[in-house]
Amino acid sequence: MRKFGAAERGLLPEGRIAGPMPWVIAIMMFLTVLAAAAGLGLAGAASRLDEQIGTRITIQVVEANPDVRRAQAAAAAAAIRSLPGVINVRPVPDSEVQALLEPWLGAGSLDSDIPAPALIDVDLTPEAHRTLDGLRQAVAAAAPAARVDDNGQWLAPLASLIGALKWLAAGLVLLMVGATAATVVLAARAALDTHRGTIEILHLMGATDVQVARLFQRRIALDALFGGLVGFILAAFVLIGIGNRVSALGSELLGSATVPAPAWGILVALPAFGVLLAMLVARLTILRALGRML
Amino acid sequence: MPLQNDWLGRRFLGAGGSIVKFENVGLRYGTGAETLSDLAFSLREGGFYFLTGPSGAGKTSLLKLLYLALRPSRGLIRLFGEDIVTMPRGRLPGFRRRIGVVFQDFRLVPHLSTFDNVALPLRVAGVEDKDLETPVREMLAWVGLADRASARPATLSGGEQQRVAIARAVIGRPELLVADEPTGNVDPEMARRLLYLFDSLNKLGTTVIVATHDLHLLTEVPRSEMLRLDRGQIADPTGALRHPPKRPNA
Repeated sequence: MRKFGAAERGLLPEGRIAGPMPWVIAIMMFLTVLAAAAGLGLAGAASRLDEQIGTRITIQVVEANPDVRRAQAAAAAAAIRSLPGVINVRPVPDSEVQALLEPWLGAGSLDSDIPAPALIDVDLTPEAHRTLDGLRQAVAAAAPAARVDDNGQWLAPLASLIGALKWLAAGLVLLMVGATAATVVLAARAALDTHRGTIEILHLMGATDVQVARLFQRRIALDALFGGLVGFILAAFVLIGIGNRVSALGSELLGSATVPAPAWGILVALPAFGVLLAMLVARLTILRALGRML
Repeated sequence: MPLQNDWLGRRFLGAGGSIVKFENVGLRYGTGAETLSDLAFSLREGGFYFLTGPSGAGKTSLLKLLYLALRPSRGLIRLFGEDIVTMPRGRLPGFRRRIGVVFQDFRLVPHLSTFDNVALPLRVAGVEDKDLETPVREMLAWVGLADRASARPATLSGGEQQRVAIARAVIGRPELLVADEPTGNVDPEMARRLLYLFDSLNKLGTTVIVATHDLHLLTEVPRSEMLRLDRGQIADPTGALRHPPKRPNA
């Protein structure tokens, strides 16, 4: 069956931007892109947190005597270096510890009589991170004043929150997709009612349901494309603006939650997906309605 | 004006068997009484028929059954040799393309030009745009609307709209032409001209059925036959009235 060509597109009166549908789709797409960006940003942040410190432990040697502290720290570091699953052992320099404490204790406090623990960052393989008993025993034997802090333990609630927010964002995206589909169904039904006379004539001339559906599909696809692009461009401006402000804050945690570059590919694909969804929903709605006619 | 273009020469149906056959057909709208009941007749392939009867007799309903806008409530209808009562919906468009229809209320597409309205059946049938121009222009010239090709229906008079509707019905050279009061809004000269168009089509094999109140039209096509409908039933089941009176000079 031949498709209707360029001349046949005029079989239905044009005026595609005049109705409310393109603007409703623009709003839906705006919200969808924001929700998707939030989900992707949070997923990226969770992944980066996990990669960076999820399998990291910190050994603290809490000892008032600086000589003993240094000796035990060196012994602990040496004891765990050869253990299986240990990727990296990094004694944290005193200057770095001082920088960490400076906001609370003030500059130069470590040079005075306040003892600060010696810290050792240890990166482990995920397998080694799962059972830390061997590592704890080795550390306890080498440095009795040392204790092992699992970063993953205190990150768990944060990771859980991020995971929940990620799923919430995914849920919002699905709701938006559903709402967009419902909007298209309503618009397609309204268009069918508006053009019922023309459709009946086309049917009586021998037009098939698919021929008629294509006419509506094209109009609705154009509406969806216009709305999708407007919504995406507005959302992109908002995301870029928020990204700039987050960067200005200098927070590593917040900064990790911005939309990563590869995720922009997914966001850009959303308007195209919206057009395809609108066309599919319109086609099914119209074919179903036409199927009830003789 | 002789019909010399090729749109009339594409198909030549041989006369012979029945193109339409009604058996015990009844039509009921909703739960009311039957609008048509116990219709049993056949239309010969290549025949020219006038369908007459008083207003409300069911002429338009009968024509709707013929051009597949309705299915009967009961009975059997065979069209082009096939049972169209039980025919799957998906096959109906192919049959509708073989039928030309002149609606009583014209049913032109309001936002399309005269040209595009007339071209509609050809476009639906898949004729390329480059092949539309000549037949549509010739048809518009034949119905006297060559200079109104770009006019919208709302700017046309009733008679002009009727001619557009007729041009649209015959442009695809249908095997069956169904016309509901096709000359109701035109002057006698144009009525004769349009009837001549139907007659020319009929001579080339198209079966024509024209619903009309104007009994004078019957004399314009001497070989025509008449079906009279009264209160939803064929008033002449024996066929005795099917042949119109001969013109004095025929």
